[in-house]
Amino acid sequence: MTMTPIVSEPSRIAGMSGRAAIVAGLVMVVAACLPLPLSNYQVGLATEVLIFGMLAMSIDILAGFAGRTSLGHGAIFGVSTYVVVYSTAKLGLSPAAAFACGVLAATAVASVFALLAVRTSGVYFLLLTLALGMIVWGVCVRWTPVTGGENGMRADVRPAMLLSHNAFYWAVLAGAAIVSFAMWRFVHSPFGLTLRGIRDSESRMRSLGYNVPLHLFIGFTVSGFFAGVAGALYAMFNNFVSPSTVALAQSVEGVLMMIAGGVGTLFGAFVGAAAIIALENVVSAYTERWQMVLGITFVLIMIFAPEGITGKLRGMLSRKVR
Amino acid sequence: MSIFQILSGLTFAALLFVVASGFTLIFGLLRIVNLAHGALYLFGGYVGFTVATKTGSFVLGGVGAMAAIAAIGLVLDQGLLRFVRGNELRQVLLTLGVAFFLNDLSLVIWGGDSFTVPIPAILRGGTKVFGTYYPIYRLFVLGMGIFVFAGLWLLLNRTRLGALIRAGVDDAEMVEASGVNIQRVFLFTFLFGSALAGLGGLMGGAFLSLYPSADAEILTFSLAVVIIGGRGSLVGVAIGSLLVGLLNTLGQVMFPELAYFVIFGPMAILLAFRPLGLFGRAT
Repeated sequence: MTMTPIVSEPSRIAGMSGRAAIVAGLVMVVAACLPLPLSNYQVGLATEVLIFGMLAMSIDILAGFAGRTSLGHGAIFGVSTYVVVYSTAKLGLSPAAAFACGVLAATAVASVFALLAVRTSGVYFLLLTLALGMIVWGVCVRWTPVTGGENGMRADVRPAMLLSHNAFYWAVLAGAAIVSFAMWRFVHSPFGLTLRGIRDSESRMRSLGYNVPLHLFIGFTVSGFFAGVAGALYAMFNNFVSPSTVALAQSVEGVLMMIAGGVGTLFGAFVGAAAIIALENVVSAYTERWQMVLGITFVLIMIFAPEGITGKLRGMLSRKVR
Repeated sequence: MSIFQILSGLTFAALLFVVASGFTLIFGLLRIVNLAHGALYLFGGYVGFTVATKTGSFVLGGVGAMAAIAAIGLVLDQGLLRFVRGNELRQVLLTLGVAFFLNDLSLVIWGGDSFTVPIPAILRGGTKVFGTYYPIYRLFVLGMGIFVFAGLWLLLNRTRLGALIRAGVDDAEMVEASGVNIQRVFLFTFLFGSALAGLGGLMGGAFLSLYPSADAEILTFSLAVVIIGGRGSLVGVAIGSLLVGLLNTLGQVMFPELAYFVIFGPMAILLAFRPLGLFGRAT
């Protein structure tokens, strides 16, 4: 029982890889053609879906595969956004250098979060990541000379060749494809399987001789790196950053997208991101009360579909196959 | 630090204690991390402000805040949380959803301006403490903190209800099996913990004032208190509040812009040695 998933996993992947590659290729072709019939506004929304899908996936690496749901990833994401905008506006760095600084900063913040959080699990992990994320938010609100306080900061971050909506969309799509593949490889590597072992039974992994805190630390830091990539792209998307980018609502929306897409499904994150962003745009066409609708959505999903949209579909499909 | 700053740290600690003790009562007994607690604080403050200005009575404001938040607590517990019993992650995220809802609702009702709850005449002005002039109202908050601590300590340690609550923390099924309606004790605890958030909102609303992001700030501090003090421990909350209150004041004196950071360092060091907090026990 203990060893079965670890032994059977690679063969399952090998068996699926042919079909998976075809599906992935088709999805990429469709996604690449997507901006052609759409308006600039709609292309912008699609870009946003890709960026937040990456954020939701980075949360899923921990939640779905290591059993640790982080409520601090919005802050890690936002740190990257802040650093990219700041280093462009105040330090005059090139887009590529600013991008690298942002991702580096997010990874560094994630590793600090990880150092503290890997010793805890369950609700304590949630509480701690939440509190750490809120500290980042507090610093961004109060440290006015550097962050611009509530007013935020503006900078033209996007490189000249990506100024058009479609060009930027394709760049983000390429980034999302690379990041998705990297995350997929990560969770299916022996390291990822160890994380799953930790999720299923921490004490068992410990007695098998695995260094559980070290694995969680690396898992968290890698996840923070991916959140940082998403955050840096968001800086280029918006050319603006304010405390709402690091606020709890950002983390919560990321978690909601991850859950809506299905915990542990990885690519479901994009479905979840599309669903939440579509809902946000439909709602804001009629009312300003987006936060209220988000709150109600959260409550309803928790009560009726805690396994998410993709999880529910997958459950229905697998029942049919059986 | 001067006497004035120490007193400010202590009064802030007293406010934090009132808010965080409600949070930890619910957390310790019901295993529910109620992340709507900050929103309950703010909503309670707004209701208290409205009642206090309409009636001109601070006491009625307090009663109104506590009653309104207990009523919201009743809806939250019986109407929503009952569907997700036993699943901590779902409880956490559901209460976060409720927090978002309540915050937006208070934005609709009271707008985005900041309000200060009017202080009754006898609590206005200052008095001399250890040679420093200090606002009487903040001394009153300090007194309220001590009063709530003493009351909770007596309730938990000297009454039958307190014995049931403590027994329920350790083994709810056993208490249930001995013929006690533990569900009623749970409900009472939830309502009481919520009412404390409402009371905190009114108290804090008079010297910290009420504004749209006040809930997130008080929630961060309450979480820090509970993380430091440990789950469900009254003494832990008291010591956690003192630490966070004093550190926050120290932080504001030393690095006005990065005050948040000063509570973060000690919290980090503590967690490295005691992941469950000072008085936390593994469950």
